[in-house]
Amino acid sequence: MKLTIALAAVAAATLTSGIATAGTMADIQARGKLNCGVTGGQAGFSAPDASGVWHGMDVDYCRAIAAAVLKDPNAVNFIPTTGQTRFTALASGEIDILSRTTTWTFSRDVDLKFTFAGVNYYDGQAFMVPKSLGIKSAKDLDGATVCIQTGTTTELNLAEYFRKNNMKYEPVPVENNADVQQKYLAGGCDVYTSDGSDLASTRSSFKNPEHHIILPEVISKEPLGPLVRQGDDQWADVARWTLNALISAEELGITAENVEKLSAGSDNPDVNRLLGKEDKLGEMLGLDAEWAKRAIAAEGNYGEIFARNLGDKTPIALPRGLNAVWTDGGLMYGLPLR
Amino acid sequence: MNIHNASWVRQDIIAASPRPAAQGGVAEWARKNLFNGWLSTLLTVASVTIVVWMAMALAPWLSNSIWRANSLAECRQILDGASGACWGVIRDRWPQLLFGFYPPHLYWRPVLTFALLIAALAPILFRAIPQRALWFSAVYPGFAYWLIWGGSLWFPVAVYCGVVVAAGLLYLTARVSRGLAVASATVGAALWWTYAVQLVSALADDVLPIALTPVASREIGGFLLSIIIGVTGIALSLPLGILLALGRRSSLPLIHLLSVTFIEFIRGVPLITLLFTASLLLNYFLPPGTNFDLILRVVIMVTLFASAYMAEVIRGGLAALPRGQYEAAEALGLDYWKAQRLVILPQALKISIPGIVNSFIGLFKDTTLVMFIGLLDPIALAAAIRANTDWQGIYWELFIFIGAVFFVFCFGMSRYSIHLERRLKTDHR
Repeated sequence: MKLTIALAAVAAATLTSGIATAGTMADIQARGKLNCGVTGGQAGFSAPDASGVWHGMDVDYCRAIAAAVLKDPNAVNFIPTTGQTRFTALASGEIDILSRTTTWTFSRDVDLKFTFAGVNYYDGQAFMVPKSLGIKSAKDLDGATVCIQTGTTTELNLAEYFRKNNMKYEPVPVENNADVQQKYLAGGCDVYTSDGSDLASTRSSFKNPEHHIILPEVISKEPLGPLVRQGDDQWADVARWTLNALISAEELGITAENVEKLSAGSDNPDVNRLLGKEDKLGEMLGLDAEWAKRAIAAEGNYGEIFARNLGDKTPIALPRGLNAVWTDGGLMYGLPLR
Repeated sequence: MNIHNASWVRQDIIAASPRPAAQGGVAEWARKNLFNGWLSTLLTVASVTIVVWMAMALAPWLSNSIWRANSLAECRQILDGASGACWGVIRDRWPQLLFGFYPPHLYWRPVLTFALLIAALAPILFRAIPQRALWFSAVYPGFAYWLIWGGSLWFPVAVYCGVVVAAGLLYLTARVSRGLAVASATVGAALWWTYAVQLVSALADDVLPIALTPVASREIGGFLLSIIIGVTGIALSLPLGILLALGRRSSLPLIHLLSVTFIEFIRGVPLITLLFTASLLLNYFLPPGTNFDLILRVVIMVTLFASAYMAEVIRGGLAALPRGQYEAAEALGLDYWKAQRLVILPQALKISIPGIVNSFIGLFKDTTLVMFIGLLDPIALAAAIRANTDWQGIYWELFIFIGAVFFVFCFGMSRYSIHLERRLKTDHR
């Protein structure tokens, strides 16, 4: 009984805080800074450099939003959150948007009362093994010892996958990513399982990355995306359409370099609409006509952001795979801006 | 027995002869201490083997230390397959490990604060420093706050004025009644802090603006954060702990009950729970948009946690005093506070020194728990540094560095406690 009352109180407080901050975008513009929740450190997604400047996929997305809303890509407070604090930080209004490699799931969207703005990275759980084992497929992993981070969805996915394929395994639970690396390299387990992007960046940090392979099977769906509080549709629209503007920009060939030239006017009506020459998309969003132009100019289009943080030029060197635009066989499909 | 009945008595002293060659010297010492029986020999051999094995394993790693490298890949290139420590990460990132994201051109402010901290602590810690220097120790907290967070100088000054207001009220009403004096001083100070501080500091700002560039709490990290939380927690938990310990032994049922409830509640809850409460639960209950600083929230929680433990340590010291001391103090005609201040506490605190310092060290190390609520303490920064593609895969070097810095602080506290114990040793000479 008491617990119910306490929960109701928490829910009521959440609700009121949601109502009180109904004008998130007005709050941000009054404050002059976007409060963006990121992870305290994940290679390629968000990490500070030696001078304290944050870099990564999730970080660049927040800079694009700041450019669109505040006309300054650097008007962002990056607030490191942990797996435990991220949702409360968003629900309580401490951050305006959570851009933190968060998987879009039913319960988070519906039960936790958030709105996902889309998917900025399609990830999936995979396996990494030393080449010397001679394993070519996850189906050969029967009886393997598997290193796994505790308390994550990967643990459940692993159990389900092995049960489905009638295989046995021995889990070696480890607290965090750095410890898993040490354990795996020391031979404490045959296989390391985690999200594909995590495996790739972990492998890139090894002394001899070529001695390890990532198996082709992807056993779970992990669509990662930014999210905002439910109930403020205008702000959710800004988040959703900024992401779509970045993806569309890649489809249309608009880059950070040529955006200035193209915004003077081009033959392609799609480009003109996106960059504010035709129609009044920005005004419908409550912004000005050049919002998307600034968002693209900030850190480039989706493809440029990917290339700079995860792509071939980085040590992580992830292939585009599912994250290529749909015309290249991927899942990135910019919704029509018109 | 009569000595004259003895047939022969030696009258002179035998000249001292040198001891046998086998006894004495290094060989004798080793035989006595290292190879005294088969068990001792076995243990000696085993431990020497372990020490040598560890030294052999570590020596090449340490002797191949690389300082001049800007990424792990560069380190590996220089090492060319050999095993070696890559300290380049410390060279590259030590300002970040020390100050977090504090603006680099303002580093002098935390450094000055730290230097002044030593100056402020000296008269408290050492007898050789003239006690007049204590006025600086009293002013220091406000000054340190101003240096680290910046903003207007008049804000901490206005906060200090609250103490002056309280002292004034205490002085004015002390003649009427003691209870009234304490009550009026408390209420006066509380009113001052709630209503007058903003106004007074704003007014003073208009007349004579003295301000430093403000630095937001989220920019503070690394050892700066650990030391802020640790030192504040230590400085506040001792007086609070003393009050709680006295409260628990009080004969007034209300005070006794409140103290016991507080101590048992806080001790029954893990620190991490209190930290989550500070960072998450308060967010739900405070009105949205309230700017209640996260570091302040954490400091309050850490202080409450440490003071509960401190209270029990000091209660141990109070309980160890013989009853006669209490009775003697009463027989001298001292009232409660005088008896505590002059007779009981000096002895009880002396007994409790090892326990108190133990709590301090524990508290300082517990500050690393704030990483779980998203504050960037050294451990969290180590994780952030490892997430950078330049340094991904580095492990031991960062943790060895952080461990070494913590060791210096904790070992310093431990040595000081031994010094204090010796200085205060008055019995069993």
